[in-house]
Amino acid sequence: MFPGGNKHKNDNQKLNYIMKYALLVHQSQEHFDRRDDAAAVAAGRAYGEALQAAGVFVGGAGLDSPKNATTVSVRDGKRQVHDGPYAETKEFLAGFGIIDVPNLDAALEWAARHPAAGFASIEVRPLLGSRFIVGSAKSS
Amino acid sequence: MSEYRTRAAIEAVARDSYGRLIAYLAARSGDVAGAEDALGDAFAAALKRWPGDGVPQKPEAWLLHVAHNRMIDTARHDQVRQKSKKFLQQIAEEAETVAGADEHFPDERLKLLFVCAHPAIDPAARTPLMLQTVLGIDAARIASAFLMSPAAMSQRLVRAKTKIRDAGIPFRVPEPSEWEERMSFVLDAIYAAYTTGWESLIETGSTHRALAAEAIALGRMLVQSMPGESEAHGLLGLMLHCEARRGARYTSDGEFVPLDQQDTALWSQSLIDEAEMHLRSAAAFKQMGRYQLEAAIQSVHASRAKTGRIDWKEIALLYEGLVRIAPAIGPLVGRAVAIAQAGEPAAGFAALEQIPSDPTADYQPYWAARGHLLRILNRNDEAVEAFNRAASLTDDPALREYLFKRATASI
Repeated sequence: MFPGGNKHKNDNQKLNYIMKYALLVHQSQEHFDRRDDAAAVAAGRAYGEALQAAGVFVGGAGLDSPKNATTVSVRDGKRQVHDGPYAETKEFLAGFGIIDVPNLDAALEWAARHPAAGFASIEVRPLLGSRFIVGSAKSS
Repeated sequence: MSEYRTRAAIEAVARDSYGRLIAYLAARSGDVAGAEDALGDAFAAALKRWPGDGVPQKPEAWLLHVAHNRMIDTARHDQVRQKSKKFLQQIAEEAETVAGADEHFPDERLKLLFVCAHPAIDPAARTPLMLQTVLGIDAARIASAFLMSPAAMSQRLVRAKTKIRDAGIPFRVPEPSEWEERMSFVLDAIYAAYTTGWESLIETGSTHRALAAEAIALGRMLVQSMPGESEAHGLLGLMLHCEARRGARYTSDGEFVPLDQQDTALWSQSLIDEAEMHLRSAAAFKQMGRYQLEAAIQSVHASRAKTGRIDWKEIALLYEGLVRIAPAIGPLVGRAVAIAQAGEPAAGFAALEQIPSDPTADYQPYWAARGHLLRILNRNDEAVEAFNRAASLTDDPALREYLFKRATASI
């Protein structure tokens, strides 16, 4: 009935994925101003090292103040430049990290461990087209 | 083979295995919408092939095989950029695995339920999503149950399925620490499926009965994999108590029989015993919850089989607790009736009057309860009015006839 063979294999196999997620840290001016405190710097460094040690770190950086942002757009072939961030908001993007993990739950776990998670909001977003199969493994 | 028999065979598979097939395919691809499309194509292929070839011995395996090939085609198409030979080889091996595994395939429905209840999914979409994917209820019926337009509901469902695939939500049974935030949605969906199967019983019989049976099967699976969840035991106990009375709910002539007048000899004692066992298991955790309380109320009704009477005081107390946890219209009406039956009809009616009028306008049990209490209070004209209104709000013809009878017969 089936064109395929009738090999009895372990049917618990499934495909394993790897995805890249951006962790976007949104925080208030008040917390942003304290980012250079010794404790905050140490916590940030430790977190980065933990990401490296786990082999999930792809890249990331803290961002300078939105006051130093310049926003560019091109409309009808004309370049428009204005001083300031894309949108003035009470909480703003203060940094980002990119991680390489199997699924959203793993990404959420890393986001929750971020030292800023206790006061800032960490937005977790998949990188577009970042989903790749890395081999099949037995499902749990 | 006749087209009629083929259709019947396909409908039987769809009824019995839809959720399992979708869950299996989705758990392997991470893509619920893709699994639905592929299975839809497989059913279409069955309609074309089976009348000539005959219904295969293992129809589920045949469908899985075709659906899986469809998904591979789609994946090939989507992943051209990736050009990974390894990927194509693996996915082809997968297909053979499925074809070979025709004895049985693993039941992944719990994983799918918990994916639908994931905190990354819009809370308003969680229960409808479970009803559609795991229980195969069509979007239009779900929309009407949630008082939404079908278009808005399908948009919500599509959005949720896209998020599951694109955000990479994993298919797994969550850790105990994660149960709390997801469990209530899973329980609600299973109970919604059970009551859908229960209330429409009279119309078309088998499909709805299958839905109720499916809900109970899922309840049993849930208890098996999470024996420490008291509310899972509570829900299963509740459904089993209701299920035990299936044979007593209508006479052989199709007449509706209210719960307190049902012939207890027609109740299934084995289902009652199983329900009681789960209530005891739940009680051991000393963590009261909505489903345990509802099950406990049904348990009091069930003991009429042994004692010959109904302890309405006990029922009123349980409703009191239930209203405190879940002040929904159902428990509020139930409490009012229990207070009246326990010997305080005036207090019961007062409790009924206190329920906000907005949700009662089209809620049939409210008007039936109102008619019942007004009759006890000898306010017959108003009772007739209430029973007539209740009768016009039900879609169960047997219940409608019973309510009209109560309106006219002064019983």
